[in-house]
Amino acid sequence: MTTGPILQVKEVTKTFGGIIALNRISFDVGEGEILGIIGPNGSGKTTVVNCITGFIKVSSGRVFFRGRDITGKPPHKIADMGVTRTFQIMRPYYSLPAYKNLVIPLFSPRARRTGGWRGGGKLGDRDTVGIDILEEIGFERDSYVPYKVTSTLPTGYLKRMELARCLALKPEMIICDEVFSGLSMSEIASMVPLIEKLQMSGITLIMIEHRLRELFKVANRVMVLNFGEKLIEGSAAEVMADQRVREAYFGSEVVEEVMKHA
Amino acid sequence: MSKKMQQRRRERIDRGIKIRTEGIYALMSWRELAYLIMPRMVLIVGLLALPLVMPGLYWPRVISIVCIYALLALSFDFLAHYVGLVSLGGALFVGIGGYLTALLNTELGLPPLLAIAGATLIGSAICTLLLLPCLPLRGVYFAIITLMYPLFLARVIEALDIFGGTDGILGIDSLPNAWVEQYGVIIMLVVCLFALRRLVNTDLGLVLRAVKDNDQAVRASAMNITHYKALAVFIAAAIGCLAGAYLAHIYMWAGISIFALDFSVLPIAATVIGGSGTLVGPVLGCLILVPVSELLRDFGTLRIVFYSLILLAFIVFRSEGIMVYGQRKYHQVERWTKI
Repeated sequence: MTTGPILQVKEVTKTFGGIIALNRISFDVGEGEILGIIGPNGSGKTTVVNCITGFIKVSSGRVFFRGRDITGKPPHKIADMGVTRTFQIMRPYYSLPAYKNLVIPLFSPRARRTGGWRGGGKLGDRDTVGIDILEEIGFERDSYVPYKVTSTLPTGYLKRMELARCLALKPEMIICDEVFSGLSMSEIASMVPLIEKLQMSGITLIMIEHRLRELFKVANRVMVLNFGEKLIEGSAAEVMADQRVREAYFGSEVVEEVMKHA
Repeated sequence: MSKKMQQRRRERIDRGIKIRTEGIYALMSWRELAYLIMPRMVLIVGLLALPLVMPGLYWPRVISIVCIYALLALSFDFLAHYVGLVSLGGALFVGIGGYLTALLNTELGLPPLLAIAGATLIGSAICTLLLLPCLPLRGVYFAIITLMYPLFLARVIEALDIFGGTDGILGIDSLPNAWVEQYGVIIMLVVCLFALRRLVNTDLGLVLRAVKDNDQAVRASAMNITHYKALAVFIAAAIGCLAGAYLAHIYMWAGISIFALDFSVLPIAATVIGGSGTLVGPVLGCLILVPVSELLRDFGTLRIVFYSLILLAFIVFRSEGIMVYGQRKYHQVERWTKI
């Protein structure tokens, strides 16, 4: 299914003052692939997302999407090209009802262009298209949930709404920043098929996760970051077999201890 | 169990008629229709009837000033509570609108109504351009810049002695007749009020509200937030410039004092009293504050003290504002329930 990289990250470095958050990170993402990015807290996972989507400027290095240089472009331009993201800390519009949240992405130039919104839905307005998208992502259409004010919804729904906002833009790529975190096991169990469905519909995904078991179920490849450095990239089995990854996650003392007993 | 121990809680429930009047069901009966239409009609008819019940030379002028402040308060409320830009720019809008209509009228010889229309459009374009540099910033910067411009422009006019310098521009034509002067501004207020109320509930209005709620999410939705903020500032500035232009024609004069900070501060006070985020509230706030300020003129310099006390009382005892309180009483019943 992979036909050459859709996204290329080349030698991206990001420093905050004297702190090197990312040190010459390079990786490719193939079309239709799911790339998982894991790493301990503070290893620079979210910074990678912010650098790709333009929410922060890279210090050096380049990012290419479909061969076009997107380094330093403003976030809305990058989203307009089809590279969408979710936020780790959910960013819905709390004062609006859930389905009205989707009016905003549907109002964007990209949604008008790509047919995310062309007056579809039962009544031909953005509200009904919004409810359609919410249903696709796991809201029960006939329940009161899509109509509730967003601030009253639980985390599971808010995480789904992050994905729904991306879907409203008819994206080519979704970068999920910890969509599984903060969810219960059953909520995650219902999210996994959703992710698989997105991949089947041809969307490329980058998933940043702490929930390794669920991630390894869906990801084609996994990349590990530690202190802003790329440790390794490969299949889930390769990555977990790597000594450095174990040390990064559990600390070298623990690994030595375990090895001694083994 | 003693009576003291028993706890009670105040419960608010929507009135049946409120639920019955949501959507198409409002057409069920005259009572439902009246429930919907009455509050709006009271405001519109009340505003239109004001000049008739208050004849004379003095009060009609006060009513015009009320409407001008109400337009400014409307523009403040829209920017602050629907776009998230706290603007102290009332004086800027009034000043630019006033000077522009004066120039269009005296230099180009445009008739007053045409000059007002021109000043509204050109003025709001100028204001938007002036404020454009600080639109990408979040926080208090917008408020500071909008506060700075009127002071800056007044000093520039004074120092360079342009546009009549400290004397101002004299000899502006008055509006065609007293009826137009009185009702023009009232009708414009009503139109702006209901147009804004409609705007904030359209899809475009939702985008503006989303910018206030969560600007980063709007950027992630492939939309340029600066573009939408600029559009909102243009709309608010247009309303402000309209008020300023009208004021210049009422006074038949435009001078440095139309950059006065009263135009920035009083609308905010009116919004606090009337209920912020309701759009109608600020209008009601002006209907109270401006006449009160006129009545307090007898007290001379103590005026501002009484004025402050009234404001303080409102903030302490009714900080939600008249309109929010009124809407709650109109739509809901309250009762005590035992826990």
